[in-house]
Amino acid sequence: MKWLVYIAFIAISLAAPLVFPAYTQQFSALWVLIILAMTWDMQGGQMGYNSLGNIFFFGFGMYVSAVVQVSIAHDIGEYTYAGGINVFQFTDGQYFTGLVLGVAAAGILCALLAFPLGWILFGLRGPYFAIGTLGVAIAAGEMVGTWEWVGAGQGISMPPFPGNPDTAKFVLYIMNMITGMVCFAVIAWLYSTRFGLALNAIRDDEQKAEGMGLQTLWIKRVCWAVAAFFVGICGAIYGNTVGFIEPLEVAFQTIYLGIFMVVAVLLGGKGTLWGPVVGAIVFHTLKEVTWTHFLGWQWVALGVLIVVIVVYFQEGIMGWLQRQRPEWFGIRVESREPEAEAAT
Amino acid sequence: MWANIDLLIQVPKLAAGLFLEGLLIGAVFSLIAYGLALVWGVMNVKNLAQGPFVIAGGYICWYLSTLGLHPVLGMFAAAVVMWGLSWICFKLVVSKVLELDMFVSLLATFGLAYVLEQSLSLAFTQDTQTINLGWGSLDVFGDGLVLLAWQKVMAFAICCVLAVVLVLFMKRSRMGQAIRATAQNARAARVMGIDTDKVYSFTFCLNGAICGAAGALVAMIWVIQPFYGITYSIRAFVLVVAAGLGNLPGVILAGLGMGGLEQFGGFIIGAEYQQALVVGMLLAVLVVRLLQQSRKRQAVA
Repeated sequence: MKWLVYIAFIAISLAAPLVFPAYTQQFSALWVLIILAMTWDMQGGQMGYNSLGNIFFFGFGMYVSAVVQVSIAHDIGEYTYAGGINVFQFTDGQYFTGLVLGVAAAGILCALLAFPLGWILFGLRGPYFAIGTLGVAIAAGEMVGTWEWVGAGQGISMPPFPGNPDTAKFVLYIMNMITGMVCFAVIAWLYSTRFGLALNAIRDDEQKAEGMGLQTLWIKRVCWAVAAFFVGICGAIYGNTVGFIEPLEVAFQTIYLGIFMVVAVLLGGKGTLWGPVVGAIVFHTLKEVTWTHFLGWQWVALGVLIVVIVVYFQEGIMGWLQRQRPEWFGIRVESREPEAEAAT
Repeated sequence: MWANIDLLIQVPKLAAGLFLEGLLIGAVFSLIAYGLALVWGVMNVKNLAQGPFVIAGGYICWYLSTLGLHPVLGMFAAAVVMWGLSWICFKLVVSKVLELDMFVSLLATFGLAYVLEQSLSLAFTQDTQTINLGWGSLDVFGDGLVLLAWQKVMAFAICCVLAVVLVLFMKRSRMGQAIRATAQNARAARVMGIDTDKVYSFTFCLNGAICGAAGALVAMIWVIQPFYGITYSIRAFVLVVAAGLGNLPGVILAGLGMGGLEQFGGFIIGAEYQQALVVGMLLAVLVVRLLQQSRKRQAVA
């Protein structure tokens, strides 16, 4: 049963862009939100450290991959100065090596960066942690916005995909999908190990967890590094999907994706394995379907939606299902999957 | 950058001017931070909508001044309107999250901030606005080197008056005493017959009114724009964390210091780094707090 659900999920994911090719970019964006929500829930839901600044790794990864992808062929300073792809060319080989190296570098550097950052930030508790991480993300956006070498506020245009744009969208979708699935598998595996239990112990009572001999600072940083790894990769792919990156609206978009991921998790149900996935799918669908009907008021409506979800619907879809149909939820986490599929 | 520092050393009058300007602006920061500390101390809600409240107050005053109302009267109007708006926010949102996890209140006020910012940008576009009273400037040293706009001097004076009124209100009035009692121990206050729900709603509305007045001052001494709010939230947060809750003189001093620091920082490294500077201060304050706490933890162990 469990495997059937997984196979169905993979099949649907693979089929979606083939059946609806016009929406490939939408599906990519959906995977981005799913990955961000899952990694956010790992600290927010399971470890109890509510970050508002995970988007920092998204933007950082995006810029790392941009720098790597451009530098493999040209000098980045000259490239941004001259206005990017209008002047400089990339061969096919340069593009693909750049893409692979850029994405890999983004993930690895983000994961490494999470350690020193975690040393500073994980001493903060509760709301201080949330505001501190938010500060890091905003500061990063502002700093990059004044840094001429990477294009400052003008941004960088990413190397274009050689060939048909539809193929490009499909390739990037597949990259997003694989990242998302690997991320899900890794997180599901982590939750089943002692590491997952340690995360929950930190959430429930950090002092006691430390008293029981857990190296809490290390666990928190490893957890953040895993999240940062996937978020960085996700940001690198997103930069290529968008094609043009810019510090405040695309890379370090604190008030857009940075808050959407938190809301998606709350909507789906905090601290559950499938909650973030379901929440991301529902939130994204809700947002995209209602988007065109608001005639300019969509951002206000989105804010209202955030407030309503946070204030009036805290338990989330998974929590609500759990309360309504406790018999569907055994002790075994896997028994939730049929509802998760129904919700998609 | 070094040239600018050199210039400040060569011409101390310039440095003095920057310092004075910083003091005048810092007074407004202190006012905003005092409102945040009030809400934080009384009901344990970290109001991320503080900055957007300020900006909304500024827009109300600016809009009324385009209709012909004098900005100083507009300030009172802004305070009254923001009182009402905060009351609505409190009833619909904040009162529901009082009992809950702190992060929920943080997110809920973030959502409020989002709604306010977006509504403002729809209503008034994203252009920056300012109120000009046309009062000219005060020549501090009589040689035309350091000019202080009279508007800023007036804003500083209004801030001082408001601060005195607030302190007297907190010390003397029945409601002020109830607010302080609730901040000390809500449960005991309830036992003593204080209607804490009313205190909460009053406190939040009072904060809204303070923000409205401060916003009108910001519109007079600086510029407003729908999305400038988050910077004010962060500034207020930095001040409260640096000074500590319930430490009014500390908040005022820190606010004045922050105004000065921002003026000097903006002059030395360039105005485009201003927001980065504010956030940098936030991180610095948080790290210092962290180091202090870790020392305390070791002492306990």
